[in-house]
Amino acid sequence: MESLVSGVQGFMYPNEVKLQWSLLIVLYPYITGLVAGAFILASLARVFDVAVVRPIYRLSLVTALAFLLVAPLPLQLHLGHPERSLEMYLTPHRTSAMAMFGFVYLWYLTVVLLLEIWLDYRKDIVLASRSHTGPLKWIYTALTLGSQDISPRALHVDERVGFAVTLIGIPSAFLLHGYVGFIFGSVKANPWWSTPLMPVVFLLSAMVSGIAAVLLVYQASSLLRRRPIDMNCLDAVARYLFYVFIVDFSMEMLDLIHRTYEAGQSFHTLDFMVHTRLFVSQIVLQIFGGTLLPLSILALTLAFSLSPAVRRRLYAVAGVTTLIGIFAMRWNVVIGGQLFSKSYLGYTTYKVAFAEREGLTMAIVLMILPVFILWALVRLLPPWDESRAVENL
Amino acid sequence: MRQRFEGSAHLIRLAVVAAAFVLLFLLIRRAVVPAGFGQYGHFRPAALKEIAAREPVFAGREACAGCHDEIVQAKDKGPHAHVGCEACHGALAVHANDPSALKPTLPVPLHLCPTCHEADAAKPKSFPQVASLTHSGGASCVECHNAHQPKL
Repeated sequence: MESLVSGVQGFMYPNEVKLQWSLLIVLYPYITGLVAGAFILASLARVFDVAVVRPIYRLSLVTALAFLLVAPLPLQLHLGHPERSLEMYLTPHRTSAMAMFGFVYLWYLTVVLLLEIWLDYRKDIVLASRSHTGPLKWIYTALTLGSQDISPRALHVDERVGFAVTLIGIPSAFLLHGYVGFIFGSVKANPWWSTPLMPVVFLLSAMVSGIAAVLLVYQASSLLRRRPIDMNCLDAVARYLFYVFIVDFSMEMLDLIHRTYEAGQSFHTLDFMVHTRLFVSQIVLQIFGGTLLPLSILALTLAFSLSPAVRRRLYAVAGVTTLIGIFAMRWNVVIGGQLFSKSYLGYTTYKVAFAEREGLTMAIVLMILPVFILWALVRLLPPWDESRAVENL
Repeated sequence: MRQRFEGSAHLIRLAVVAAAFVLLFLLIRRAVVPAGFGQYGHFRPAALKEIAAREPVFAGREACAGCHDEIVQAKDKGPHAHVGCEACHGALAVHANDPSALKPTLPVPLHLCPTCHEADAAKPKSFPQVASLTHSGGASCVECHNAHQPKL
């Protein structure tokens, strides 16, 4: 208690001194954002039939799945007792937004993502079940559900149903991440969170981070596989990133301008925080390093005709800084919202633990884990164009 | 009809697998959700009876005064008059029922006292509070204060 009180400035209520939502709660919206963003990128490519981004369609889907499988882990680690999470489904609490999120997650995982991936890969799965031996053959055969039908008629049905799933998937992905913003935005006691813009800002920033992640994953995977990068595809993804980022940034600035002009009761507290405890994470990392810098880089690639090698490198820098910026945004929302007293008269400090259940080590493990899952997924379900099952058998 | 569903056999299989999962979920739910759940609120109704049937673990200050009257009277004259004995000494119904069954251990003042008296701007100024790290230089609180009549 003594060490905590020493981090307090001014007046804090006793239950505000120690932060309840830690670094892992920062990771949670960050990871779900990557999922929603990657999926929306894939879906838009499919629904609007954008041929140029076809090379990243499957890669976006498996990236989304790899991150979605990790998304509940920060919550499980934060709450403890993971076995109790099933009670969310067994005895649903219909008036709790947080409890109902379990159903949003389940819907998105099973009805949208797994179904879309299964339908898109079915032909490859059937062919793989015929060509492989040993345990892999069993896995692929189980994935076929016992149906080897890959006749043109069956594939046409897959295409039609897959399209319908994608159509349902877009609002579902909006719901998934809009809901995360809604949970924060509906906490009316917290002026840092309580704004109807929160779901919109979360959703747009999710799209930004998801597109940036796919941009990097595509470049890294091509590099590792020593395959040429489809520059038309990469340019198109970078363009999407630029456009969505502008809308996202405008919304965040709209929120900021609105708060500043309104100058409500809490304004001086939030203003003080942005200039002191959140200065590095908000002004330096989020706004300048994580938004204006990548936006300028992307604008540069649009304004000048640069060589593919330069463009690739600039896109990589823009992708990395974007991901840092969006992470800083999640940090500023989750941690920033807990640093000031509801009396508006004091501030506390958050120090990240190192090797604890909710510490830095665990956060790093959770961010590396999806990369390993993605590695396993692309071995099982290769998303590359050249490994697509040949059309006419 | 048959022609209409041609090429959809795998989707029918998928629907069967999905239905099997839903059925399995419903069976598990039936087996593990306690009877009457939600009757009075989001909890088991049987929990009310179970809680009511539990043995009290606190004896209450009257029980303490039965044997330790001198100490209770001394405490009631000081600023800790409104603090229950078991707030500091722990739940002691077992000891009150049979003093030989459990011998209470004394609390460690340097751990116990700061839980109320650690300095915090959120506490009223009239409430006695100290920065425990520097206040006693590591010496136990009871070297200067009597826990039952703490005012010096």
